[in-house]
Amino acid sequence: MSDDEDAGAACPLPISDYPEILLAHGSGGTLTHRLIESLFIAAFANPALEARHDGAVFEIGGTRLAFTTDSYVVDPPFFPGGDIGSLAIYGTVNDLAMCGARPLYVSAGLILEEGFAMAALQRVVASMKAAAARAGVELVTGDTKVVGKGCGDGIFINTSGIGQIEEGEGISPKGVRPGDIVILSGDIGRHGMAVMAAREGLEFEPPIQSDSAPISGPVLALAAAGIELHCLRDPTRGGLATTLVEIAETSGTGIGIDESAVPVSDPVRGACEILGLDPFYVANEGRFVAFVPAGEGERASRILAGDPLCRDARIIGEVTDAPAGTVTLRTLIGGSRVLDMLSGEQLPRIC
Amino acid sequence: MELVDEYRDLAQSRECLRAISELVTRPWTIMEVCGGQTHGIVKFGIDRLLPSEVSLLHGPGCPVCVTPVEMIDSAIDIALSPDVIFTSFGDMARVPGCETNLLMAKARGADLRLVYSPLDALEIARANPGRQVVFFAVGFETTAPVTAMAVHRARAERIANFSMLVAHVLVPPAMEAILSSPERRIDGFLAAGHVCTVMGTEEYRPLSERFGVPIVVTGFEPVDILQGVYMCLRQLEEGRAEVENQYVRAVRASGNPTARDMITEVFQVVPRRWRGIGDIPASGLGLSPAYAEFDAERRFRLGRRDPAPEGECISGLVLQGIAKPMDCPQFGRRCTPEHPLGAPMVSSEGACAAYFKHRAKNARAAS
Repeated sequence: MSDDEDAGAACPLPISDYPEILLAHGSGGTLTHRLIESLFIAAFANPALEARHDGAVFEIGGTRLAFTTDSYVVDPPFFPGGDIGSLAIYGTVNDLAMCGARPLYVSAGLILEEGFAMAALQRVVASMKAAAARAGVELVTGDTKVVGKGCGDGIFINTSGIGQIEEGEGISPKGVRPGDIVILSGDIGRHGMAVMAAREGLEFEPPIQSDSAPISGPVLALAAAGIELHCLRDPTRGGLATTLVEIAETSGTGIGIDESAVPVSDPVRGACEILGLDPFYVANEGRFVAFVPAGEGERASRILAGDPLCRDARIIGEVTDAPAGTVTLRTLIGGSRVLDMLSGEQLPRIC
Repeated sequence: MELVDEYRDLAQSRECLRAISELVTRPWTIMEVCGGQTHGIVKFGIDRLLPSEVSLLHGPGCPVCVTPVEMIDSAIDIALSPDVIFTSFGDMARVPGCETNLLMAKARGADLRLVYSPLDALEIARANPGRQVVFFAVGFETTAPVTAMAVHRARAERIANFSMLVAHVLVPPAMEAILSSPERRIDGFLAAGHVCTVMGTEEYRPLSERFGVPIVVTGFEPVDILQGVYMCLRQLEEGRAEVENQYVRAVRASGNPTARDMITEVFQVVPRRWRGIGDIPASGLGLSPAYAEFDAERRFRLGRRDPAPEGECISGLVLQGIAKPMDCPQFGRRCTPEHPLGAPMVSSEGACAAYFKHRAKNARAAS
């Protein structure tokens, strides 16, 4: 791999296959992963990046810190249960929590399209302020840019965050071991369906609310109770299935999941049934999976269930050593199938 | 959730499987016609739960898979034309034409909009009077009534900037083609439940009688499929060949007469080329002369294209149940959902996509 300025020319990804970026490159599935692996990780190889976790963990002067960044382009910017502002704060706070860190400081960079309503911007800022207060972080630095009309979809936000890791070591996919128990903090599919409904003008009865929320509280509660946390991850774009596949592949373990144990609310199930979507691949913004040692599963679930955000927390599966890198789902009727990543967005079916 | 949970019930499924095991005395091969049923089978692992005497073959019931390559290329050409808004169901967007697909055309500037219903496309036409709005009308008899309604309304409201690229296909001619094939190994069929919601069950009687095969109209949930398999096997073990209905909660023998009237009003039966299979006479729907002005092929003056070479894709064999996806030498190698050589690997109802999504990793891990 060349270290040249124009490293793109030497990139192992066959550029001729995709001379342009497609929407699928941003959906969190296989194309996204290939792009990250073959272009970004290949170019910037270092241990923190290669951990392939939600944030980078490193030590400065004896203090362990976590650092993360994320960009938010959600359309529409306002949706039931949240908006791009609160999402931008909680998303970065949650990625820090997934490293086992207490979130402390965030930055925000806004890219605004000429013509974006000032009143809408004020709403977004108010929402970010409330979200930061709820998450216990301070927004300490930021940036604002404006692009011409047609050059940006209303508003884009990038947030970065820093947190301090007080307890726990090596919380990342590589910490997962055979015998670990997999816990899911609540029901899945709310955020993706809420945003889709808002974007497409679909009205579900009752309306589906995004689950966007800061989850650092319950995570820190687990750490404080002395639960050994091997891995944490929030199943955002690509959904629970993609998250589990990423973890299985990075850790080289096999993960078995009970379909009947994974909670899906009735409104989300109904919406997914109508559109032919699989809740396992729908984004969540207020949920996480935790990998804990065998024997700690029940205690960890009970601790989580005490938090209002994690009332439906439960054990959904376990880790084995085979088949390595594979997630196997035990289906509702006693069969089994392999969960894999999608190559692009889920698209609603014809019939 | 009512009407779903009961049909994914573990106890009911086990009971069906037990009844099937006690019933079969010899090997039987059953084909499920609809791609939605194929996905249900693979997704819930039904084929692996059935006794080994029962083989399931996957049929051509994936309208996206059988849409001819030439039509995909026409769609891409229209989508890239100036001032066109091209609307389509999501499934069609990734299907490969000769060189590219609709999503890549979008990346190159085509105004492609994925819709849930042709009536949404009509709304887009109303909202954009200065642009030509084209809807890609794909699907079996299930979707034909609502695409017919879109055109019917367009004519009634004089919406001149709306047209359809029609690729509708019919199930019974495809089943007849499969049954007439010398390579046929099928003992019985599970007919497509939602097609029959519209068309009813009577038109399958001549097929059943002529070829001596049981045909059971079946739903899509695991218990539906297991019940359909049981009913089909019972006929085979008893030496009967009749049309039966498992999907009684959604299908009546007379179907939906209003929907069929709409089809008859707007469409006429035409020959259709099936991707991978070839030309099947009287197997498609095209706009009738009264509605010809809404035909996008006419409006955009698309000439009839020569059949495109199929390349390495063996979709025709897969769609007729002659080969399974894993029999294809390119499955999971040069043919994946990101780089499909044909349609069954990208369609949400494609057999290859079902196996790739739910089974391929096992095979890759084991090899």
